[in-house]
Amino acid sequence: MSAPRSAAGRLLANRAFLVTCLLATNVAMLVLAVLLISIFWQGWDTLSWKFITSFASRKPSEAGILAPLMGSVWVCSICGLVALPLGVGTAVFLEEFARKSRFTRIVQTNIMNLAGVPSIVYGILGLTAFARMFGALGTNVDEAITLGNEESLLFLRLPFGSSVLAGGLTLMLVILPVVIISTQEALRAVPGSLRSGAFALGATRWQTVWGITLPAAIPGIMTGAILSMSRAIGEAAPILVLGAPLLVLETPTNLMSDFTVLPMQVFNWMKRSKASFQEIAAAAIIVQLAVLMSFNAFAILVRQRLQTPLQ
Amino acid sequence: MDGSGRLPVFRWIHHVTALPSNPATRDATRLGRPKSVSARVLRERIIVGTLAVAACFSILVTTTIIVVLARETWGFFQFDEVSVGEFFGSIEWNPLLGAEKHFGIWPLVSGTLLVTAIAASFALPIGLISAIYLSEYASSTVRATLKPALEILAGVPTVVYGFFALTVITPLLSKLSPAFGNYNAMSAGIATGIMILPIVCSMSEDALRAVPRSLRDGAFALGGTRFDVSVKVVVPAALSGIVAAFLLAISRAVGETMIVALAAGGIAQITANPSAEVQTMTAYMVQIFLGDAPAFGVEYKSSYAVAATLFVMTFVLTMIGQYILRRFREEYD
Amino acid sequence: MTMMSSMQTNPASATAAPPGDAGPISIRAAAFDGFYGAFQALKGISLDIPRNQVTAFIGPSGCGKSTFLRWMNRMNDTIPGARASGTLTLDGEDILARSLDVVDLRRRVGMVFQRPNPFPKSIFDNVAFGPRLHWRHSRADLEDLVEQSLRSAALWNEVKDRLHASALGLSGGQQQRLCIARAIAGGPEVLLMDEPCSALDPKSTASVEELIRQLRTAYTIVIVTHNMQQASRVSDRTAFFFEGSLIESGPTETLFTNPKSKQTEDYVTGRFG
Repeated sequence: MSAPRSAAGRLLANRAFLVTCLLATNVAMLVLAVLLISIFWQGWDTLSWKFITSFASRKPSEAGILAPLMGSVWVCSICGLVALPLGVGTAVFLEEFARKSRFTRIVQTNIMNLAGVPSIVYGILGLTAFARMFGALGTNVDEAITLGNEESLLFLRLPFGSSVLAGGLTLMLVILPVVIISTQEALRAVPGSLRSGAFALGATRWQTVWGITLPAAIPGIMTGAILSMSRAIGEAAPILVLGAPLLVLETPTNLMSDFTVLPMQVFNWMKRSKASFQEIAAAAIIVQLAVLMSFNAFAILVRQRLQTPLQ
Repeated sequence: MDGSGRLPVFRWIHHVTALPSNPATRDATRLGRPKSVSARVLRERIIVGTLAVAACFSILVTTTIIVVLARETWGFFQFDEVSVGEFFGSIEWNPLLGAEKHFGIWPLVSGTLLVTAIAASFALPIGLISAIYLSEYASSTVRATLKPALEILAGVPTVVYGFFALTVITPLLSKLSPAFGNYNAMSAGIATGIMILPIVCSMSEDALRAVPRSLRDGAFALGGTRFDVSVKVVVPAALSGIVAAFLLAISRAVGETMIVALAAGGIAQITANPSAEVQTMTAYMVQIFLGDAPAFGVEYKSSYAVAATLFVMTFVLTMIGQYILRRFREEYD
Repeated sequence: MTMMSSMQTNPASATAAPPGDAGPISIRAAAFDGFYGAFQALKGISLDIPRNQVTAFIGPSGCGKSTFLRWMNRMNDTIPGARASGTLTLDGEDILARSLDVVDLRRRVGMVFQRPNPFPKSIFDNVAFGPRLHWRHSRADLEDLVEQSLRSAALWNEVKDRLHASALGLSGGQQQRLCIARAIAGGPEVLLMDEPCSALDPKSTASVEELIRQLRTAYTIVIVTHNMQQASRVSDRTAFFFEGSLIESGPTETLFTNPKSKQTEDYVTGRFG
């Protein structure tokens, strides 16, 4: 005859587990709180309008983040402009057009794998493919092919070198798999009855996608896109590998300009040993976090405003 | 057949005829001009073709990564000082020493594994238990506050965690014990753990919530406490998703660059001592790319070999995760 | 039989042929087989659907009636592995031909589904969706077209003041009538209806059934239904399917009161369902 388990013992285990759960969750929240407090503690004093609008300098007291801030804006714009059509197009093809075959399975697995590749490897890819263009155009700066005037907005130089364009394209590689996957999920969430309704009226597959499916999936796609962009803004490793200069004293003027991004500037300042550099790094982080929060808030707003019930 | 059926990939419509329009329905209300059938067919073909090209871009990316890494690694092994045997056999990594260069990969791998292990032992239990709490216990108001907090944590740039490691964790650790110097694996490990915590928590919670209510109801009806139901029924049912979450988080920790570049140190050594200074694969790559090594030298090429090793490691982890998801995922409908 | 007391006789239709007789044929099937992969869902169906009459398909679940309906506008093309052989024609033209423009077929053969599926757009854009695919209209012509379609679907008076409101704000019965308006906006000859009332409450069901009776004068209607009383209320002809085969078809009144086959009699008297 087996011995019954003590009811009291089981209730105790239940209680103990609940305590463990609360502890674990609170640790997570505590860590977040400490993180934010320490950053604000160190960086709040340095934060000022002058800080945002001046350039970096040898002296911490005079340093500012204008160059990396504008660099981030340029790089992320390029990144988004290329990643969105490519990512949404790929997702639409996989979900709405291609028949399930070995080819599509390979492409799908491949995208999942790309999502797991460390961003520094994408930096190497960007360096070889965009900055150096596989060495096809030589390694001498004087041999580069140029179109247009260096001072003006329309200027192109091949190979791209460590320019804003190369940085944007490299970041595009980093976020492309995430954009594809989140768009696919948004498309899957559109009920099949809507597509059937469109087909029954004589719509072709593209007419259905363009007129019914994509509009219905837009909130999900936009949310995914915004969150991907916020990730792109925080990436430093690919920019580092790309060869962005450590000290940039100008904001970008055209696609071929030198640039740096906020996280890189933070990294550079952290590498110096003076405590005052740590303070301005903290201030830069505050700006970075503010940008991040606004992106997230925007994504939530989009999700709430545009989410029409689909049935 | 045109766009009504799934396109068999790369087979096109050759000839399309329209049924003659029935005059009985062509009445006064049909006042519009009919659209051209051939234009529609052509437009459909062009659009689908463009989309297919976009989809192939992702394959192009993977192929290029593999080709570039393979080519440079091969170039690395062409140097006299380097041999494949030493790469996998030696336990010393001193590429920058003048005469005595050693190129054994293990110290760097050991550094990566040590930091990852510390991160995992912090993040996986806490993440999973938090996920269980969010999914099984928490009220909707609690979830409404915690989930956005998690999303914020997930978006924080990794340099911020590096900052946190240098300015908060390391001083704290040094106060605890003098063994912890300015750079140590523990500090980087904890910071990396904090970084991957939201991933573990989010993905595990999704996996837990995907388990249908009916399983929980059945377990409660048998007299289970919430602890019994959560840990003995729901977690096993969601196990494949949880394991996939773990693997993804570990793979992110392995590939993490900025935290370790700031806080872990620059000494490549094989050690299991968390207070020691270590160099991970990614930190080494940062050192080379930031440095003045000539682009054709053996030091520079060595970073590609390290990158190739890193790529293989994360690739294997991702494939295992995919396999587990495919094989063991319970399909609830 | 109890069926007789619950039957309503159909009002005389305005067409030349008396109700229930096969007049001019709209859709014809001969020795039609339908397959999903290796599974044969339809076996040797030979059936005529007469023009401007309501034909009902009845039979137990899984007998193939919905499958056959979906072949008439080639909706089964969207299901991989679906194929058919035999003859299926619309006004003499082969529906199964590989070179057929399916888009035009679906304009001529409209479909209404079991659950109302309005697009998440305005009422106006829902109705205008089909015509916009096939023609270029001026704005005024499009508005006329939408109004006529909504009137034909007995929905105009209820929505004329909120044409640009979201279609999802309508009730279930209104949404289904909107789907009917949407289907007829393109000027089809045939309307296929797959259990159009099964998701509706009794009041909405009654209004949709009334609509079907009125639409008969302008369209050929094929309706799949689980509800035998509905079939007898609404249709002129009925076809009884069982396990993929067509057991019997004929004028509705005859099929219900004097069925030729024992199987049919067992089904319509409710001995099996």
